[in-house]
Amino acid sequence: MSKSEKKKKESILLRLGNSQVWKSIIRSGVPRDRRGRMLSVLNSVFLHLHPVRMPKHAVKLKYTWCMGGLSFYIFLVLTITGILLMFYYRPTIEYAYTDMIDLREQVPLGIMREIHRWGAHLMVITVWLHMFRVFMTGSYKSPREFNWVVGVMLLTLTLLLSFTGYLLPWDQLAIWAITVGTNMARATPFLGHEGPGAALLSIGDINLVHAGSDVRFALLGGRFVGEAALLRFYVLHCIGLPFIIVIFMAVHFWRIRKDGGISTPL
Amino acid sequence: MDLIKSVINTLASPTILFTLIIVTFFFIFPLNDWFYRWNKRLKLDSFWTNRGGIKMFIILLVFFAFGLFDENFRLIVLKPDNVPIVGLIFLVAFFTWLSMKQAVDNDVHIENNENVNEYSDPDDKVLTWPDLVYIELIALVLCTVLLIVWSIGLQAPLEEPANPTLSPNPAKAPWYFLGLQEMLVYFDPWIAGVLFPSLMIVGLMAIPYLDTNKKGVGYYSFKQRMMAVSLYMFGWLVLWVLLIIIGTFLRGPNWNFFGPFEYWDLHKLQPLTNINLSEYVYIIWFSTGMPDNILLREIWGILLILGYFLILPPLFAKTWLKNLYNRLGNFRYSVFIILILFALSMPIKMYLRWMVNLKYIVAIPEYFFNI
Ligand code: HEM
Repeated sequence: MSKSEKKKKESILLRLGNSQVWKSIIRSGVPRDRRGRMLSVLNSVFLHLHPVRMPKHAVKLKYTWCMGGLSFYIFLVLTITGILLMFYYRPTIEYAYTDMIDLREQVPLGIMREIHRWGAHLMVITVWLHMFRVFMTGSYKSPREFNWVVGVMLLTLTLLLSFTGYLLPWDQLAIWAITVGTNMARATPFLGHEGPGAALLSIGDINLVHAGSDVRFALLGGRFVGEAALLRFYVLHCIGLPFIIVIFMAVHFWRIRKDGGISTPL
Repeated sequence: MDLIKSVINTLASPTILFTLIIVTFFFIFPLNDWFYRWNKRLKLDSFWTNRGGIKMFIILLVFFAFGLFDENFRLIVLKPDNVPIVGLIFLVAFFTWLSMKQAVDNDVHIENNENVNEYSDPDDKVLTWPDLVYIELIALVLCTVLLIVWSIGLQAPLEEPANPTLSPNPAKAPWYFLGLQEMLVYFDPWIAGVLFPSLMIVGLMAIPYLDTNKKGVGYYSFKQRMMAVSLYMFGWLVLWVLLIIIGTFLRGPNWNFFGPFEYWDLHKLQPLTNINLSEYVYIIWFSTGMPDNILLREIWGILLILGYFLILPPLFAKTWLKNLYNRLGNFRYSVFIILILFALSMPIKMYLRWMVNLKYIVAIPEYFFNI
């Protein structure tokens, strides 16, 4: 590329960056100097999750491993692919499984289910590694104690999201994994009908906690993993848990900033 | 070849594997100065150098490459839902290495009264744009590429349609819960499935409030927070990741144990004659037959449990953990030690099962109360 060509090209970029359309979207235009770079972070709703300036170690990959950011990114990917999957999937015993087959065989470029499933596995792993990083850098210590607690909630919710999603394909893998998992709820102390103490909760001869009234029943909407359980898990998976986890994430991100940003040696 | 395989199969059996790991673990991740000296003397910290890392990686790689030639190994490891766990093994090994390497590096700096590697002049900050956003963008693109390649290469599993009358053998929970399912072998569901997970969540949340050591914020370090790091490593690598690996790869039909190169034989027989503590006491030792009164029957187990949770903590506080007790104070110490005792109860019960076939310490099936 000759010099004059380069100049011309640059000026097209510059012209674009200064055009009315571009400037209406990104106020500060193309960042060219220190001020512009700061403004581009400050003025963007997405980028301003970050502080404008950071200590050197905090931007290094070997410090944070980018694991928190990747967890969040994978969550977004899962949301988008999840929405696409909802177009095709009906949570009834009649259709759930056949919709899975259709997804595999009829939908063009059908890797949405794969991305969603492998992404879910990956998110569990990245969240674990993120927690591990936070531990190893001592970032849970004062003043970040509470954000660690919020993080543990996020971990729990991530696992629950994964677990509720596991049932939806309605194949053998799904219902038996969920059966094994929810059978444990039967044994919840006092609240499960095979749990210690449940027998004590009775009026005369009438047991208050039995197979038709314990926590497992509440979870499954029935005595076994059936139609009602599928619907409940579907609603929890698509609406209930994402709703809660987003709230916790908002608190988590807010607190990172309020607790003084990424942990730094004194 | 077959010899190597059968050696690995034997080594992988829970008794041997677990014993090997428990015996060596705290030399690799020392709990206190005594272990730390041995760690140095045995040069176990050489894991956390570049050469150590490469060696570990090669060993893992060779093991999997070698294993893939074996049909039984391939069958389990390449099951679509198990592939992430193979990835997990490599990732956990890598990041453990990466964090420990940086920690050991910083330990040397701290010893020499130098600044840690993470330190930089507080007035000399960098701009988020471009320094951070570009790294984030690259991480994001790589992650996307990984996901797409993985998704094209490996189809999501779909088995036969659900059939409530036909239970597969073994029926497994999703992999991240397999540690708990493994605990079901040794504990009743109310402990393995309800108590332990709740305690894990509470225990994790309690970490920042129990760890009163102010050192080590904002940089990787080991020596300054030796006990905290080693305990966390034990919980995470042994009681969490290892149990998942065992549950996923080494548990077959009827939840029997199978070595990594062993055929999953439906008819493998495991003699199962587990005995309750009360039966030991009344039938084998006293030869009197079981008493009718439940409380009398189970009193020994109840005393044992009460002793475990009520006598051990003050005992430790007076002797072995005196310094810790003084540092943490009454309340923090109590919470800490109770959580640790619960965590320890897992390996303890496992060994009791393996060595004396103990089923329950307290067995009151009348009230679904078995420990
Ligand atoms: C859905 C799960 C989660 C998401 C999306 C998330 C996201 C993030 C992000 C983006 C950061 C910024 C620094 C970084 O990338 O390392 C961060 C920091 C932090 N996270 Fe998380 N996180 C999650 C789960 C957790 C968990 C499970 C824990 C701990 C139990 C945790 C505790 C923390 C703490 C204490 C910080 C501050 C670290 C510091 O200042 O160095 N988070 N999180």
